[in-house]
Amino acid sequence: MSGAVVTRVNGPVVELSAGEGLAMRDLVFVGPEQLPGEVIALEATRAIVQIYEYTGGLRPGDRVHGSGGPLTVELGPGLLGGVFDGVLRPLHSVGPHIERGGASRTLSEERNWRFVPTIGIGDLVTSGSKLGTLPESAAIDHHVLVPIGVEGRVEWIVPEGDYHVGDVVARVGGHELGLSQRWPVHRPRPVSARLPPAEPLVTGQRVLDLLFPVARGSTAAIPGGFGTGKTVALQQIAKWCDAAVIVYVGCGERGNELADVLQEFEALKDPRTGQSLLDRTVLIANTSNMPVMAREASVYTGVAVAEYYRDMGHDAVVIADSTSRWAEALRELASRTGELPAEEGYPAGLSSALANFYERAGRVRTLDGAIASVTVLGAVSPPGGDLTEPVTSHTRRFVRAVWSLDRDLAYARHYPAVSWRDSSARDSDGLATWQAEHGDPGWGERRTQTLRLLTDADRVESIAQLVGADSLPASERLTLRVARLLREGVLQQSAVLPGDEYTTPAKQRALLELVLEVHARMQALLEGGTPIARLDAFDLSPVVSARFETTPEGAAEVNQIATELIGALDSLEGRR
Amino acid sequence: MSSQAPIEYRAIGSIRGPLIVVQDVDGVGWDEVAEIRLSTGELRHGTVLDVDRDLAVVEVLEGTAGMRLDSARVAFSGSPMQVPVGEGWLGRACNGRGEPIDGGPPITGGERRPVAGTPINPAQRAAPNEAILTGVSAIDGLATLVRGQKLPVFSVGGLPHLELAAQIAAQAHVAGEPFAIVFAALGLPHADVHSVRSVLERRAQLGDLALFINTADDPVVERIVTPRVALTVAEHLAFERGRHVLVVIADLTNYCEAVRQVSAARGEIPSRRGYPGYLYSDLASLLERAGRIKGLPGSLTQLPVLTMPAGDITHPVPDVTGYITEGQLVLSPELYARGISPPLDALGSLSRLMRHGAGPGLTREDHLEISAQLYGIAARARQAADLAEVVGEDALSDADRSYLRARTTFEREFLTQSFGEARSVEQTLDRAWAVASLLAPEELSMISPPTLEARYRPASRDGAPDPTR
Repeated sequence: MSGAVVTRVNGPVVELSAGEGLAMRDLVFVGPEQLPGEVIALEATRAIVQIYEYTGGLRPGDRVHGSGGPLTVELGPGLLGGVFDGVLRPLHSVGPHIERGGASRTLSEERNWRFVPTIGIGDLVTSGSKLGTLPESAAIDHHVLVPIGVEGRVEWIVPEGDYHVGDVVARVGGHELGLSQRWPVHRPRPVSARLPPAEPLVTGQRVLDLLFPVARGSTAAIPGGFGTGKTVALQQIAKWCDAAVIVYVGCGERGNELADVLQEFEALKDPRTGQSLLDRTVLIANTSNMPVMAREASVYTGVAVAEYYRDMGHDAVVIADSTSRWAEALRELASRTGELPAEEGYPAGLSSALANFYERAGRVRTLDGAIASVTVLGAVSPPGGDLTEPVTSHTRRFVRAVWSLDRDLAYARHYPAVSWRDSSARDSDGLATWQAEHGDPGWGERRTQTLRLLTDADRVESIAQLVGADSLPASERLTLRVARLLREGVLQQSAVLPGDEYTTPAKQRALLELVLEVHARMQALLEGGTPIARLDAFDLSPVVSARFETTPEGAAEVNQIATELIGALDSLEGRR
Repeated sequence: MSSQAPIEYRAIGSIRGPLIVVQDVDGVGWDEVAEIRLSTGELRHGTVLDVDRDLAVVEVLEGTAGMRLDSARVAFSGSPMQVPVGEGWLGRACNGRGEPIDGGPPITGGERRPVAGTPINPAQRAAPNEAILTGVSAIDGLATLVRGQKLPVFSVGGLPHLELAAQIAAQAHVAGEPFAIVFAALGLPHADVHSVRSVLERRAQLGDLALFINTADDPVVERIVTPRVALTVAEHLAFERGRHVLVVIADLTNYCEAVRQVSAARGEIPSRRGYPGYLYSDLASLLERAGRIKGLPGSLTQLPVLTMPAGDITHPVPDVTGYITEGQLVLSPELYARGISPPLDALGSLSRLMRHGAGPGLTREDHLEISAQLYGIAARARQAADLAEVVGEDALSDADRSYLRARTTFEREFLTQSFGEARSVEQTLDRAWAVASLLAPEELSMISPPTLEARYRPASRDGAPDPTR
């Protein structure tokens, strides 16, 4: 590595004189400001490096230092509640503008952690097994694990007490171990077994949980043009889903949104633990004006952090907003290195890169024997809302659920604008079985019925636009009305009304059952000869307001409303 | 680089479009500024786009017309482009590189800043709040501009977007706090520049306006630098001098054309419609310079104006911009053809940050409710209008007809506004209520009962159903 110098600077892509002594994906430091970069191509006399910083002023002849290994990040207590850049440098400790260079340490060396060992001297441990535990935040217990590649007898371990991340707390098989460890972000952390998805990830968002559910350890993509409410939808999931740890990767997106997330998450309480939402969240921010190449690393950094918490036995969720910006970073890199483009300038490796990223999701048995998961949710920002473009079309092939956001719904201020036509959920059959085993055998049938009703209504709607709603048969007018009730009373969900921000599964079920019950009763009344005009005059506004006029946990309140309303409906029959 | 005079290079290997390749260079850094002296004595400027051993590719801001391979001398400055910053820019008019065109002396200042800027640390951003009031009902009422936001105007050739931009620049205020406007004209025709300048005359005299003008016949590549110079000046005024700064950039489409032209000259692989794959990152490097910073008093707000080629909102320029900005104001040729001006398409327009900058304690307590209701009315009126096209207006229900009436008032009394008229928030919201009050109260589902009680004032109209029924 000695003697390698810069020979060419083309924006964030830099060529070096010698590739000898370097390995693919090695981390190097370039020029007088020691700009970090990663080796992305190697030849005998040439290496190409992507630099994670602005390269202005960098010139041929500048010197290069190798780190001797790949890009690794430091994983340990103190990640939760923090904000980091794409290579996990802390942003809280930096000034108002991000100056380049500067390799600050991920984890604070000052903070004290109350470490409680869970093993003793002489115990035999292997990679991934637990050394001890510390309370990282009020919400999450942080288990200190034996790093991958280390095993043997515990020769020495500290007693319970306060320690810093830099302190040695144990010696195992000749290795001195601290509270933190390093991990190369591009490499999946090992597990003892991959398991099939089984239980639902409850997002608290009705349209997702009722119609397009995702299992823990599964994957979902959210394609949507700008203005369709993608970011708000993701933030709602980040706030309310029932995972233990959320890793939110703002990848090439807006800086103001991140400021908003920080502010809101700090103020909001997790309804399950009563603690600040920030206590279970790791924010990775590489906004659109930050160096492009760090965007490429940021999604892997996010997954590596999630895998780290998974290995402690937690269910983690990675939210990547937006994978399209990440793919664009790949494209820019390919273009600058002269790689042949495949579709729309994207490199031929795009689809395998996407597949590799989503495949890091999974429900697993950890090396320590726990069942835990990483769920990956990726936003997709299709140019021009074109869902046939390469990133969207390849992503659809690899994910288990697609939550497609619809511009027409957003236009009509129907949020979340998840389309029932273009969305899908491959986990739904398995989850229907799980629901049946956990006290709700009707779950699958309700889902099918709801989707059928919505599809029927779409068909009737298109006819109504031609002939006018008044010329439709009574049963079809009823279909239209109930579908509207479904949209306004169940599928639409406010991100700001306190009763409506999230909904527990029990209340979700109660709301949907109410609408379906109204449909069934009204159908029966129609068949029994009640004129449609009488049904039209029946006030259904309590159904629409039930979602926000009750508490998020208010299943009983909804059922109360249902009892009264159905009672009133039944009395229509009596007065006929 | 140090105290010696910079080395001059004479060997230009090739000239292609706005790019020259300088040979046998030594120690030249990426993004460095170059000065090119022609044999006629003319001085031009450039920046380094690529440096490969002893070859440097330089993009010439003034263009390469008249340059010869053998007679130009190129010197490199040793650092990326910088401009002086300070209050000296206020009240001045400059070309796209920051050279005065108002007959005054060059702008100098004690401090200089790189035009590339440094990204704002997202963890140190303060979430935008508080409005910038433009005096335009369509914007203040429906899509309030918030300090620190970036909110573009999407228009189509032939619509009065420049008049609107000039009106905003002339009228905008922040309720008495220190304020400044930075206006960057990119590739505008002389006639347009002239009318913009005359509208902004008073503001320039008051000394809170900096003008940067690149006209349609100015060098194309200069357009890549102009917004960066303007933003660097604006950032300093905002974050080091504590002013609220509104940067108006028109027309951003011309900027993107310049980026595409340079990319094509470099032989880069295009993505959509010939635009380079990095168009998103490039535009973000401009637009993300908007914001507020924790603990600092000022703010930088951007209002870029762009024309959508062929009126296509899925064209890469509006599409990429819309993904970066916090909402958009869309102008509609269809409304303009009906005589509505400014022709703001309410349903296509949105200010994502509005709820942080409008409402109780910020503008007026009923603002968010009535604006949500106006959107609702516009959406419902459109359905009614679509239906009327099929079945005829007579076949509509009473409710649908009342929506069509409300829409007419909305367009004529609320949207329509002359380019010289500044309306207060009070006036704007009162006009909004005049629209909403044309509907029966039970139609106003987005307004809470107390607000309805306080503000709903139905006018008695002949032949109209009693709205209180």
